[in-house]
Amino acid sequence: MSENRPETANVAPGQPHDSMLSETLSYVLGLGLALVLTGISFWVASTSALWGPGVAVGLVVLAIAQMGVHLVFFLHITSGPDNTNNVLALAFGVLIVFLVMVGTIWIMSHMNANMGMAPELMNLQMQH
Amino acid sequence: MTSEAATIGLTHGGSEDTGLGHRGPESKSIVVPYGFWLFVLSDMVLFSALFASYASLAHATDGGPTSLQLFDRNLVAIETIALLLSSFVCGLAMITAKRANMLWTQAWLLVTGLLGFVFLSIELFEFAKMIGEGAGPQRSAFLSSFFTLVGCHGAHVTAGLLWIGTMMAQIWAKGFREDIVRRLLCLSIFWHALDIIWVAIFTIVYLIGTLP
Repeated sequence: MSENRPETANVAPGQPHDSMLSETLSYVLGLGLALVLTGISFWVASTSALWGPGVAVGLVVLAIAQMGVHLVFFLHITSGPDNTNNVLALAFGVLIVFLVMVGTIWIMSHMNANMGMAPELMNLQMQH
Repeated sequence: MTSEAATIGLTHGGSEDTGLGHRGPESKSIVVPYGFWLFVLSDMVLFSALFASYASLAHATDGGPTSLQLFDRNLVAIETIALLLSSFVCGLAMITAKRANMLWTQAWLLVTGLLGFVFLSIELFEFAKMIGEGAGPQRSAFLSSFFTLVGCHGAHVTAGLLWIGTMMAQIWAKGFREDIVRRLLCLSIFWHALDIIWVAIFTIVYLIGTLP
């Protein structure tokens, strides 16, 4: 638990902060925001009122927003000086996740497009 | 020393902490959850590789069932709500554990585990139904990557449920000792992280996969 250090001390991720009210409020606020974002995601995916090609991008943006809500309200990752180490580790994790996903999707789609195989053959090829 | 640290940008505004170890090592209650945070982040890197392979193989259905035919959004909505509420209740358990309230901590942990169990049951029901329809992991590359990705998350949830049970027993038997509370904090980090990964799964696999 938190020692009697000044505000310069580090905190662990997920550690609830000071008063019971503000802690509970943080979780309730996070739950509310996450529910709203989830609701919007399911609505966006099933409505026909939106421009079709933009829906997938919108869903990804909503998902990233909800991950942010979880990080801030549930894991208490903040921009405060006591959180510097947690944020730096998170930033490195996000960088690697981004490189792996975007790199793979980018390269594999180019290979699919440039290998010059008929789509049926490509489909066979991809089953291994 | 302080001025040197300041010039290379290691100080925070008004802080005595130079970042160069003047205070000595942090206490275990900081270091252990921080190390666990690093593990959780590396777990997310593992999942990013599974997501990448799923995204590459999502259309390699070999003439078999596609994601549009297989997935049921209503079930996924229930799963999502169950896991989100579970994550929320886990936070409530942390608040009561910080104040060493045995009854409420046990109660909230029990609710956390039950909601996680609801999530896992729905997922296993979905898997069994798909395999029964001949859409098992051996049917196509798409289904192999689907079962690997979602099954890996399910395996994490299963491990989390066992961990929740273990922590309930340890708190009951040993009380709110410093090391027990530390383990509980690691468990809550793990559980919140699983919900973050689920947000990516329900968006990429279930919602984008079933767009008309």
